[in-house]
Amino acid sequence: MIRLIKRPTPSRGWIVATPVLAVIVTMIAGGIMFALLGKDPFEAIRIIFLDPLFDDRFAAYSRPQLLVKAGPLILIAIGLSLGFRAGIWNIGAEGQYIIGAICGAGFGLAFYPSENVLIFPGMVMAGALGGWAWAMIPGILKTRFRTNEILVSLLLVYVAEAILASAATNWLRNPDGAGFPGSRNLSRHAGTANPELLANTGMHWGVVAAFIAVIAAYVLLNKHVLGYQIKLAGQAPRAARFAGVNPTRLVLLCLGVSGALAGMAGLFEVSGPAGQISIDFNVGYGFTAIIVAFLGRLHPVGILLAGLLMALTYIGGELAQLMMGIPASAIQAFQGMLLFFLLALDVLSNYQIKFGREAVT
Amino acid sequence: MTALLSIDGLTKAYPGVVANASVSFAVQPGEVHALLGENGAGKSTLVKMIYGLVKPDAGAMSLNGAAYAPAEPRAARAAGVAMVFQHFSLFAALSVAENIALGMENPPKPRDLAQRIRDVSETYGLPLDPGRMVGDLSAGERQRVEIIRCLLQDPRLLIMDEPTSVLTPQEVEILFHTLRKLAAEGTAILYISHKLEEIRSLCDEATILRLGKVVATCTPREVTAAHMAELMVGKSLAAPRRAATEPGAVLLDVRGLTLLPASPFGTPLRDVHLTVRAGEVLGIGGVAGNGQDELLAALSGEVPAPGAVWLEGADVGRIGPDARRALGLLCAPEERLGHAAAPDMSLTENAVLTARRRKGLDRGGFVDWRGARVFAQEVIAAFDVRTPGPDVAARALSGGNLQKFVIGREILQDPRVLVVNQPTWGVDASAAADIRQALLSLAQKGAAVVVISQDLDELLEISDRFCALNEGRLSEPRPARGLSMEQVGLMLGGAHDMHDVLPAEEGAQ
Repeated sequence: MIRLIKRPTPSRGWIVATPVLAVIVTMIAGGIMFALLGKDPFEAIRIIFLDPLFDDRFAAYSRPQLLVKAGPLILIAIGLSLGFRAGIWNIGAEGQYIIGAICGAGFGLAFYPSENVLIFPGMVMAGALGGWAWAMIPGILKTRFRTNEILVSLLLVYVAEAILASAATNWLRNPDGAGFPGSRNLSRHAGTANPELLANTGMHWGVVAAFIAVIAAYVLLNKHVLGYQIKLAGQAPRAARFAGVNPTRLVLLCLGVSGALAGMAGLFEVSGPAGQISIDFNVGYGFTAIIVAFLGRLHPVGILLAGLLMALTYIGGELAQLMMGIPASAIQAFQGMLLFFLLALDVLSNYQIKFGREAVT
Repeated sequence: MTALLSIDGLTKAYPGVVANASVSFAVQPGEVHALLGENGAGKSTLVKMIYGLVKPDAGAMSLNGAAYAPAEPRAARAAGVAMVFQHFSLFAALSVAENIALGMENPPKPRDLAQRIRDVSETYGLPLDPGRMVGDLSAGERQRVEIIRCLLQDPRLLIMDEPTSVLTPQEVEILFHTLRKLAAEGTAILYISHKLEEIRSLCDEATILRLGKVVATCTPREVTAAHMAELMVGKSLAAPRRAATEPGAVLLDVRGLTLLPASPFGTPLRDVHLTVRAGEVLGIGGVAGNGQDELLAALSGEVPAPGAVWLEGADVGRIGPDARRALGLLCAPEERLGHAAAPDMSLTENAVLTARRRKGLDRGGFVDWRGARVFAQEVIAAFDVRTPGPDVAARALSGGNLQKFVIGREILQDPRVLVVNQPTWGVDASAAADIRQALLSLAQKGAAVVVISQDLDELLEISDRFCALNEGRLSEPRPARGLSMEQVGLMLGGAHDMHDVLPAEEGAQ
């Protein structure tokens, strides 16, 4: 019989080791899945994890993609992690991402064709504000009417998608676009572009923002009273109230920050890699960021690494589809396994496993 | 006469702690046998083994001369062993009879059962209406449901785990009357408690446990309570002492505090008035669930109470916990893990929880972790908190040590007014004495101290004035010196609807 014994203090060793172990176990389980699909598991794992970085044929294209994909994931996940630490579950970052992109793009397009240098900063601000405002809806409903922020924020994603469809086909549609859906191309217009800052690195302003967010979150959580209160509220809500933490303020703050960061990520995407507002410019970064946040243990540095790893599986997954014909759904299952094994192995940091019999106590 | 239950060398170890080490004793039929010991001495583990909830690692038991090794509580009940737990397992939304039927193997028809409940309750002087909802009953009445549930099985051995902790002194007398009657009929009673006077008045024999071992046996009537306390603790305890001081100015003034509870199971506070002066200890007694938590929350600032809480002449009813701390009103709630301290945070982090403002543990919004660590170490040193260091998670500390840390954290902040709820609950006797002494010393230095507690002996020992909280109402305070237990009991609300059934011989004693 296997027994779990709660550790008096969470094991620091396991907290660091479980993500690594989860990646390894995912490789094994994923390898078995690929083998069952009739593909060579070793080749598939190599293509997913190594070829994007080291293969001469692909690296030139896929290395910059690493930062392009990791940037928004990290930026969104950092915001989410603050709320998750405080026990505030914003599941709707995808919606805040979309609304941020629409607001930011709308701001830039309103000044078209001006190329004033202040337009891009204004777009970033507008994007952040849009995401913030979208996140305030579940925030205010929760603090006023005690609604569940998980449901409200999630359902608002579908509302945001409907607004996006209407923006792309109607009120933000490119007037010179011959009636095709989609806005003017922002990345090809000097006033609104979010360019690659260093050639062939994939580094754009969104990646810079993501790195700044990592550092800011690290300082906030480890040094600042607010970060302390966030952790306290998540671990012991009653103790937080006793310490004088205002729960309403904390809910609005955490949802607001995560919404603003998701909105900014959306703007950076739409003005850079995606290029324009189109019906399906969003590719699920807002949802994947939830996995990234947990894979990174809700720790800023962990999220940085997890974002890069997740980006790698995206690029490598596409490569594996291309090279080996592995179906896209198998790649998604592979990514899902990562979160599954991480959460399962989480038990190890809080519990000791003992084998043998023991009377029920 | 052969022993009803004899226990021979029972041993039970948990990882890191030996709960029982070769415990042996015997209980005779018709005997009230006390199991005495501090928290953590191993009393609960021992009775859980007798009741079949825990399997011993070694040792044997025999019941009526036959080998007895219950695999589960059902087997224990079948053998004639019944137990009343400290924490009741009753459904609030069901009636008394329904609750009792749920616990039976083959419940009789509802009408027959109700009649049997009435018969048993009349025979043993435990009035109980089988049709009432358990949710409407007082703690004492709920205990009666549990006792009657046991008595319906005709037990030969009845185990009672800390039965008086939820009772008023009058209710305790009624319970003891019932237990004596049962014993006279030949039922053996294993009575677990750490209340020495109760044991002296009720029990025939006592087995004293310390750190899992039997350290002594005695006949409680023939020894003093102080002697038993020494056997229990292993050393003699000094009663807390203080020099007499004249109370100073009024520091805390509560004026007409009326509060609806936040949860449907809370107790409303009804027009509570109290004043505490500098240098004074005000004791607030009461059975659990009479508004203690609500009163503390209103004083700490977790629940706003506009216009009702005044600190040194200023209305602080609207401001939150942190602002009240800045002004000198500090609190230590009853629940240590999760309320007074965050379980998974280190002691250093938990020091910041309440001491940030008064100890200047933040600069410009950034936490001064080095300062916090120093302060945590100060608390650990000054209050003898047994821990490897300030980086240990709060949940890794034993209850008593964490309590010392929590109380020490508040006292070392030099409060003007300190409000503590259950300061020594679950704390061993010597640590409890230290905490009481620290509270008295704080008052002597000119602070006002409010102690909310269910331990009446503790309150009478350290309070200058005593008042009782009963269903959210606070009685007029009385000088604690010279107050008898009977007076205290009446202040606590007496025995619920029991006055008329007090047996005649009880009054004659």
